[in-house]
Amino acid sequence: MNIALLIIFVFLALAIYLGIRARRGKDMNLEQWTVAGRGFGTLFVFLLLAGEIYTTFTFLGASGWAYGRGGPTFYILSYGALAYVTSYWLLPAVWRYAKENRLHSQSDFFVSKYKSTTLGMIISLVTVVAMVPYLAVQFQGLGIIVSEASYGSISSTMAVIIGVAAVTIYVIVSGIHGSAWTSVIKDIMVLAVVVFLGLYLPFALYGGIGEMFREIEAQKPGFFTLPSEGQSIPWFISTVLLTALGFYMWPHTFGSVFSAQNARVIRRNATFLPLYQLVMLFAFFVGFAAILQVPGLKGEEADLSLLRVSLETFDPWLVGLIGAAGLLAALVPGSMLLMTSATVLSKNVYSAFRPETSEERVGTLAKFLVPVVALAAMVFTLTSSLDLVLLLLLGYSFVTQLLPALFFSLLSNNFVTKWGAGAGVLTGVAIVAYMEISGTKLRAVFPALGSLGDTNNGIVALLVNLVVLVGVSFVTRPSKAVREQRA
Amino acid sequence: MRLIYLLGALPFLGILGGIIFANRVEPFVLGMPFILFWIVMWVVLTSVIMAIIYNLDPVNKEDEPK
Repeated sequence: MNIALLIIFVFLALAIYLGIRARRGKDMNLEQWTVAGRGFGTLFVFLLLAGEIYTTFTFLGASGWAYGRGGPTFYILSYGALAYVTSYWLLPAVWRYAKENRLHSQSDFFVSKYKSTTLGMIISLVTVVAMVPYLAVQFQGLGIIVSEASYGSISSTMAVIIGVAAVTIYVIVSGIHGSAWTSVIKDIMVLAVVVFLGLYLPFALYGGIGEMFREIEAQKPGFFTLPSEGQSIPWFISTVLLTALGFYMWPHTFGSVFSAQNARVIRRNATFLPLYQLVMLFAFFVGFAAILQVPGLKGEEADLSLLRVSLETFDPWLVGLIGAAGLLAALVPGSMLLMTSATVLSKNVYSAFRPETSEERVGTLAKFLVPVVALAAMVFTLTSSLDLVLLLLLGYSFVTQLLPALFFSLLSNNFVTKWGAGAGVLTGVAIVAYMEISGTKLRAVFPALGSLGDTNNGIVALLVNLVVLVGVSFVTRPSKAVREQRA
Repeated sequence: MRLIYLLGALPFLGILGGIIFANRVEPFVLGMPFILFWIVMWVVLTSVIMAIIYNLDPVNKEDEPK
């Protein structure tokens, strides 16, 4: 084992140790395991939210797209800011309702709002499906880090398996407390590593950031702008909108809002978090710096650019620290995703079939499901050929379909019925799944749309979802007499 | 609906609407291609705008029950 791998494994051991320590002294019932007793202040909620968002996607995916695609990468910098703006109004409403009704998960929220465990079950299954590609992002990232840092001695398949095992063990021992503490170390390390690389590489290799951009522009004119076809302006706008709207629809993000002490904590965070987005900028710089330094990485391989350029430039111990930061950037969000999927399957799918299940048993079953979900995501990781950003966008297309049902449920006068909500979500998800699996592009089907045909599939599905949701709700609306009787 | 909340629409206009005009490399600003500079500027402005909203919004002055 070389020094780089050794450093990475020391950090893994440290993360697991912190997870075990954080758990001590607290009775881990379901409320503690999942929402930390709703006692987190501004700082911890910030760390949790930041921790989930800055994942191996930031680290490897953003630099990979900067390397391979240029201009379209800038969407990554844009959507977070818009999501945080929305969060100022959206999240306090969600938080308050969740607290009043003692909810643990996103599915609980829909069950409670629409008075339907079946709808909760549908939502749960959709979110678990959406989380599989997101988990695959983390696993694939871990695989890349471990195999690159081993200087080729560990195959990427083996590395993915090691990564999956590490995340699984971590989740089983720690729950959310481990995530919060490891978040602290992770955020410091990712910040330090990305900013260091993002500044060091352009200056060392090109003599400055401005010089780097000019040199790349000279060699690849137009690389930094959006092309007129494919990832064009309509693609950019619809993708930013899709990801900004879907940002808080992820069940683990939705769920971490529940852990806040009060609504002000959440609103305060809406002012800090956009600035934290700028960390992405340095990841872009790394990817751009790699373009002329390690040329020739094609397609999915672009995700390797950050590590390849580091391997060429630095000593193994520094590569080890970079890899360790990447490991934590995959471990924290990966553990959240895994824990959330398992809890949701246990609480909102299994218990929906068997309502007599005790809370204790739901907790036990959730822990048992962790390795099952991990295995499923591992198989998906090893068989998929999408790059990290495309994997995440696929997850977003699914999860954003929950937005209309959520939005209307927050209105004091919600006309949407459980049938409308369920039909809308299922239609949206079916359209996304069909378009992705068959590789359908709107522009190919309707050439007359021109560049408007580059609109993100997820947004197309969202519009149909909305129409179905409204239509079905009006058809299934209880008659006036029934409504008056209920009121 | 408080009037101050309308400020929250600005980042959407700046980023989603602005991109139509900002999709260009020249002029370079702070060393960055114009499109990147434009987005970075709006991310910073978003933080400023949200801080203004937070500070002027009376909801945040009230004592909330824990």
